[in-house]
Amino acid sequence: MAKTEAKEKSIVSGIFGWFKNTFNEKYWDSLKFSLYCLTHPLDGFWDLTHEKRGTYAAANTILIATVLVRLLNLKYTSFVIQTVYWEDLNVWLYIASILFPLALFVVGNWATTTLFDGKGKLGQVYIGTCYALTPYPVMQVPLMILSNGLTTSEAQFYTVLSVISLVWCGALLVSAMGQIHEFSGFKNILFLIFSLFAMLVMVFILMLFFSMITQGIGYFYSLYREFMFRM
Amino acid sequence: MMKKPLNLQIKRIGAILAATMIGVSSVPMHSDAMEHRSYTYIYDYWGDVQDTPDVYEVYRVFTSSELGLDVRLNNPSGIYATDDRVYICDTGNNRIVVLAKDEQQGLVYESEIKSIKFAPGASELSGPTDIAISEDGNLFIADKGNNRIVKVDPNLNFLMEFVLPVDSALSADTIFLPNKVVVDSAERVYCISDGINKGLLKYEADGTFAGFIGATKAAYDMLDYIWKKFATQEQIDRMPVDVPTEYSNIYMDYEGFIYASVPASDAQAIDDLKVDAVRRLNLLGNNILVNNGNWVNVGDIYWGSAGGYSGPSSFSDVTAFTNDIYVCLDRNRGRLFGYDDQGRMVFAFGGNGNMDGYFRRPVGIDHMGYDLLVLDQADCSITYFVLSDFGKDIFNAIDQFDRGEYEASGASWQRVLDVDGNYDLAYIGIGRSLLRQKQYKEAMRYFELKYDDENYSKAFKEYRKEWVQSHLFLTVLILLLVFLVPLGIEKYRNMQIEIATSDVFRFPDPEDNMTRAEIREYHKKQRQEFKEREKAKKEARKLAKLSSGNR
Repeated sequence: MAKTEAKEKSIVSGIFGWFKNTFNEKYWDSLKFSLYCLTHPLDGFWDLTHEKRGTYAAANTILIATVLVRLLNLKYTSFVIQTVYWEDLNVWLYIASILFPLALFVVGNWATTTLFDGKGKLGQVYIGTCYALTPYPVMQVPLMILSNGLTTSEAQFYTVLSVISLVWCGALLVSAMGQIHEFSGFKNILFLIFSLFAMLVMVFILMLFFSMITQGIGYFYSLYREFMFRM
Repeated sequence: MMKKPLNLQIKRIGAILAATMIGVSSVPMHSDAMEHRSYTYIYDYWGDVQDTPDVYEVYRVFTSSELGLDVRLNNPSGIYATDDRVYICDTGNNRIVVLAKDEQQGLVYESEIKSIKFAPGASELSGPTDIAISEDGNLFIADKGNNRIVKVDPNLNFLMEFVLPVDSALSADTIFLPNKVVVDSAERVYCISDGINKGLLKYEADGTFAGFIGATKAAYDMLDYIWKKFATQEQIDRMPVDVPTEYSNIYMDYEGFIYASVPASDAQAIDDLKVDAVRRLNLLGNNILVNNGNWVNVGDIYWGSAGGYSGPSSFSDVTAFTNDIYVCLDRNRGRLFGYDDQGRMVFAFGGNGNMDGYFRRPVGIDHMGYDLLVLDQADCSITYFVLSDFGKDIFNAIDQFDRGEYEASGASWQRVLDVDGNYDLAYIGIGRSLLRQKQYKEAMRYFELKYDDENYSKAFKEYRKEWVQSHLFLTVLILLLVFLVPLGIEKYRNMQIEIATSDVFRFPDPEDNMTRAEIREYHKKQRQEFKEREKAKKEARKLAKLSSGNR
């Protein structure tokens, strides 16, 4: 009897140990720090990179949480708020519709700011961007639950809170970029606008690239077919 | 996530836009849906075409020979039906053909009106285009060729005539060409006259002109306006003119409201919801038609250009039953669109062609009971539609609900659902009947299935009220928790801070033998010192930041 207890204990402590190793203190601290950034956008994002309070692991967690919450929103938000035409929904495309613009922003922002005295490294921009997304999962999960208790006349509450969560994300993003690159307010806004242009340019180049690849493949494929016909 | 073929969806869009962070706009045009279409269909919540069993079936098609007319119908343009008679305005033959309802034959020829007695002007009718009959049995004939509307008694004795009014809004060379006429219970006359686009002409019962009512708004485009500022006169002349659309037809319903159909002149204006395809006018001429459906009542919402027909539906006539379902006749594709009192689509059927139930140039529609009569100008025929069993169930369900027989209405809708599981109104109908029977939870389920958020909210409100009442204790507990837990956390945090700075709690050395006041002083000092230490730490942090910032 005592032996099994001891064994159970060791298993439990083993799991705890695994947890401790996997999600070590630094991870929890950095994840908790995202909550600090919510209310202290200037101080928080300064410390995020300069005091190394943020980690990639935490940034990834926030990003995954954002994507997950967005997916769960489709299913569990009340139909009074939002209806989903499931027949046309492609989950992978839907996930890409979040990740792709984010990736473009991170790269575009880094690429433009690094030319003009931006202090942030690519990784730091990534971490900052992910930390700026925190309000979305934090606010949308309670909102999702709340939405199922609303009627159409009360849907306004949801809409307002939902918009606030997005505006909050945007404000945090602006603040994060300013702090990471050590830019003044005006320069920060200017380079955010530049980043948007950089995103557009990248989209254009990607489209060009893909259409060229398609044409190229199409050319060799038709060449191959021609050969096969003649053989 | 909305599927939105045109700008015609009128609800829900705002909320979705706000809730969507990065919108995925998927706009699939279901052009293939046009081709595989059954005779009768509806648009569901998403605007997808859902084939349904026939709501109306052709009972018989009456042509001149079927009716046994000596002179064949020639360019008939108006139809008017009472409970037992049908009047066909045979414009080309200057007569009105009167048909009687017959149990075996459907319709049989009864008489014809060619002339009126004791008329001050011409006694022969000339190109009559419409007729209306008042409650007293007096006939009002739009005698277009003679530029008048004549009022005659049932024996065709002349009573009165209505001619072009003297009005400053009309230019001197205006010719009175009354095209459509209706009359209300007080024998006030409303008419549409060709070339007058200021709305309906209204005459009092004594024949005095009472003004224009219900003019349609001119479709007006800001871009066009700016464009016109820069265009030359020749260019402006070639542009379409922004004038109010003339009504194509009018119908006086059982409550004295006028249904007016508007022909489609501008596809873009319809797409932008700038014009109504059908209106219901009150005495002041304001549109009071309810439009709560998922899709606006403009007929077809997909305008594929197949078989030589393109553009929006163009309504040439409208009629309304006593259960407030109104049926619009689309001249463009030869279809009939039925909408209920909330503007939700009940049915759509028909098409262009030569088979029974298809049309070539449908110009008029009227009804006897729930039977529909459609006049085809090119075919010179009258198509007599009767409700199918499926249609009877639908109409029954609606009538029973209006009469307050909610349980029976629910049962009728269930029969509809048994035949056609894609019929949206049946789900909502069952839900509404359950709502009236206070079965809120079940009602919510039916509403949710067909995304009826308004009715769902009604049911949910009641359900929520019930739930709170039966779980009063739990509700109070939850509310308390909502307020107490954050407070508790706050308290707990404060305590933690107190413990962390526990030197405040350390009592002075008992050997010092301090008095109470001294102990208090000691604690105060400790607290002061702690605050100063914290302050110093903060300063240091700030300094460190500054120095790293100035790197």
